[in-house]
Amino acid sequence: MTSRDAILDRIRAALAAAPEPEPVVRDYRVAHVPVDDHAAVVDLLAGNLADYRAHVHRCTEPELPGLLARLLADHGSRSVAVPPGLPASWLAQADGVERVPDDAEAPLTAQRLDGVDSVVTGCRLAIAETGTLVLDAGPGQGRRVLTLVPDHHVCVVDTARQVVASLPQALPRLDPTRPLTWISGPSATSDIELDRVEGVHGPRTLDVVLLA
Amino acid sequence: MRVALFATCVNDAVLPRAAIATVRLLERLGVEVDFPEQQSCCGQPQFNTGYRLLTEPLVLRMARVFETYPYVVTPSGSCAAMVRDNYPRIGAKARAEDRGEELAEAAASLAPRVVELTEFLVDVLGVTDVGAHFPHRVTYHPSCHGLRVLGLGTRPLALLRAVKDLELLELPGAEECCGFGGTFAVKNPDVSAAMGADKVAAALSTGAQVLCGADNSCLLHLDGMVRRRHAPLRTVHLAEILAATETTPWRPGSPA
Amino acid sequence: MSSAYLGMPAFPQAAKAATQDARLRANLRRATHTIRDKRARAVGELDDWAALREAGRRIKDQTLRHLDVYLLQLEERVTSAGGTVHWAADAAEANRIVAELVRATGESEVVKVKSMATQEIGLNEALAEAGVTAYETDLAELIVQLGDDLPSHILVPAIHRNRGEIRDIFVERMARWGRPAPEGLTDRPADLAEAARLHLREKFLRAKVAVSGANFMIAETGTLVVVESEGNGRMCLTLPQTLISVVGIEKVLPTWQDLEVFLQFLPRSSTAERMNPYTTMWTGLGPGGAADGDGPRAFHLVLLDNGRTDTLADEIGRQVLRCIRCSACLNVCPVYERAGGHAYGSPYPGPIGAVLTPQLRGTGSEVDASLPFASSLCGACYEVCPVAIDIPEVLVHLREQVAAQPGHAAERAAMRAATWLFEHPAALAAAERTASATRALHPRTLPLGPAGAWTQARDLPRLPAEPFRTWWKRHRAEPPAAPQSTGTSQPPTTPQPPTTPESTP
Ligand code: SF4
Repeated sequence: MTSRDAILDRIRAALAAAPEPEPVVRDYRVAHVPVDDHAAVVDLLAGNLADYRAHVHRCTEPELPGLLARLLADHGSRSVAVPPGLPASWLAQADGVERVPDDAEAPLTAQRLDGVDSVVTGCRLAIAETGTLVLDAGPGQGRRVLTLVPDHHVCVVDTARQVVASLPQALPRLDPTRPLTWISGPSATSDIELDRVEGVHGPRTLDVVLLA
Repeated sequence: MRVALFATCVNDAVLPRAAIATVRLLERLGVEVDFPEQQSCCGQPQFNTGYRLLTEPLVLRMARVFETYPYVVTPSGSCAAMVRDNYPRIGAKARAEDRGEELAEAAASLAPRVVELTEFLVDVLGVTDVGAHFPHRVTYHPSCHGLRVLGLGTRPLALLRAVKDLELLELPGAEECCGFGGTFAVKNPDVSAAMGADKVAAALSTGAQVLCGADNSCLLHLDGMVRRRHAPLRTVHLAEILAATETTPWRPGSPA
Repeated sequence: MSSAYLGMPAFPQAAKAATQDARLRANLRRATHTIRDKRARAVGELDDWAALREAGRRIKDQTLRHLDVYLLQLEERVTSAGGTVHWAADAAEANRIVAELVRATGESEVVKVKSMATQEIGLNEALAEAGVTAYETDLAELIVQLGDDLPSHILVPAIHRNRGEIRDIFVERMARWGRPAPEGLTDRPADLAEAARLHLREKFLRAKVAVSGANFMIAETGTLVVVESEGNGRMCLTLPQTLISVVGIEKVLPTWQDLEVFLQFLPRSSTAERMNPYTTMWTGLGPGGAADGDGPRAFHLVLLDNGRTDTLADEIGRQVLRCIRCSACLNVCPVYERAGGHAYGSPYPGPIGAVLTPQLRGTGSEVDASLPFASSLCGACYEVCPVAIDIPEVLVHLREQVAAQPGHAAERAAMRAATWLFEHPAALAAAERTASATRALHPRTLPLGPAGAWTQARDLPRLPAEPFRTWWKRHRAEPPAAPQSTGTSQPPTTPQPPTTPESTP
């Protein structure tokens, strides 16, 4: 008998006399804030991101290239990884910063990315209540490694279309077959005396641009 | 109103003052109190140490002894919790083991009628000011079973706040266990003592003269620690404080 | 379980040393109290916590009741998404599977994401025997590994170490494992985190094989979920070519939607955050398979039983399989705070360890038989548990099993005698009167036995001049005092017909 069959047999034997448990009731909240007040939801996102030490910036579409250029300059970045599908205009004003594009033909290695200062991406959506950005490796986001190895991540959120209030609102909009990365602030640890400090292996600086 | 007092074995044999105070207090409030003398112990020590079957005769005894009373009042949160929380479990296990319904029925009949003293005062009698007088600085330790199993909440504090001339001081880390835990105190003496020492230190830090509780088993343990270190603190059961009046004040060593 | 835990002393002996270690006590107190208050605030933000908790409990109970169905569904989804599923009945089999998978890659080192399951089976030791070095990459696991130590907390395995001790371990040991600690390393947490970043980065960049666990597996979609903070998880789950995940069979959840419950309360319960910094979710090799260049090219899922099906068979004990390893119960436990994690003799310390280890390993060894008694039954663990595991109930249930084992004859006799006495109130009354009458002769301390354990730290109670029963008889004979009218409201004094309880003689 294989272990698979043995384990399944043991499970069935263990449960032979077990009663059917109570049915699942989902009477928890769909959200903890009024979801129709979109401006308030976006404010909550901004507040929660900042609370976990992300740097939050707001701008309009025309202001975006200038803001991104400034964020890269402020960080002292000389190179930026560019995922496939990132709108070309976004980095149009980042003068003097080397573009390091990733593409399917010539994927960047982790070693190469270790020498890149920043990465700029979009996201799939953002969750206000938890201050979370969700990336699904789609256009403008790229492979997971891109937002992991460089020490500075700039993430642009289209607030009109990409912000939801809560987890129950977020999950149905995500495709579980895609690789998903949920990001809530820069990397951190609570491993020293159970107190939170920011900055371990993931990007230590997280800039979030809330695009109006 | 006529109620039965379930004194509990610890109060009966070792700390009768709390039971005596309960009688005096309830009678002062116009309640007719009975003490069915066939009562003994709820079986908590046996049950919590892993001797469920040895608990069963005591479950049946408790149900029999208190059969006719609308309320069974006990000045012990853990004994009330034993009946309300664990008797139904004992009944359910006996049923699952095909040993009949007797225990389940005994539990179902008794459990809803057993009330802890502060529940009886606040919920049944509807009083918080029982006319007590206790001119001392007091801090209150809410024992775990009262706090978490029975959910006594603010009842004990509301009763204490209404006591004339009593100065109530907040106990830091009040919700933390004192480390008694029945046979835990002897099976894990070092951890138990460390917890007790921290509780006594917390009580002393308030400047209170009296460490009050509603469960004498915890107070027994804490009193043992207090006396061992000759700390300037007395452990006093809540019932004794509520029973004290200007004309019949609480006195150390007095019966109640 | 891991050989590291063989021959551990019983809990009370191990705890005794911990209670006397002032530095350990201070480290634990500081850490657990910090997180306790933060957790309460994080939970307090959600006014539907009780509803979430109830939903979580029921989702887990439903899953466990139909575990075979969900595991088969999971296997099918993972396989069709390009993964390979293995089943391991026990630790030895799981270790063998992983060692063979690593050997097949030709590699001699792996990077690891913190995983309770791999600690439970002692994977690192097993890999070492097979000639494979496993590098722990979680900061606290790294501290434990470098310090040649054992974990003492589920979430923060090095909780027993303070920042100064961590600095010393880094300075002394990092060089032996790879890149040494930076010159002049201070004990600032940010500097310690930076040292770990530098030390591990080269390992991440060259690793070809990673081993992880998972917090959740979704049957409906075949998705695995790893919740973390530092980014070491993302490194391990994304960079290597081969990923091997060892996961207990109870970690499955039926639906994608179920995550909306568990991801709300796991971070709040464990690190007291609204959301942990990073969560990675992957389904097999992803939509592009091995070709899309995103993540590993081979994925193996090892489903681990190792005592879980025994636990599942126990009607009361099976609720422990609901556990999501958040460690909230450890952080509020007064016994854990004083005894420390090592006293529990397994990677699962604290209240959850006291109910899980004796079920996974049985109660044959000294330490395992002592675990169900390592609690005052205060109930703080049950109160904070997000999946409402009634830990005190399970503890008492397990005590019953232990008490039935040989070696408890004296205790059973004492309990039987107590029950007999309580069954004979006349004898009880006589015993009480005798005790009271001879009270002047009783010592305040006793040398031996349970009374000796009591008087180590406490005086014995002074017995009263008379038991309550004696007072009652006299009181009964007194004329009743008129009730005093006091207080804010009149107590109801509904007269009731006198009844004579049959028990009154
Ligand atoms: S028993 Fe409950 S509180 Fe403890 S780790 Fe498991 S889920 Fe968390």
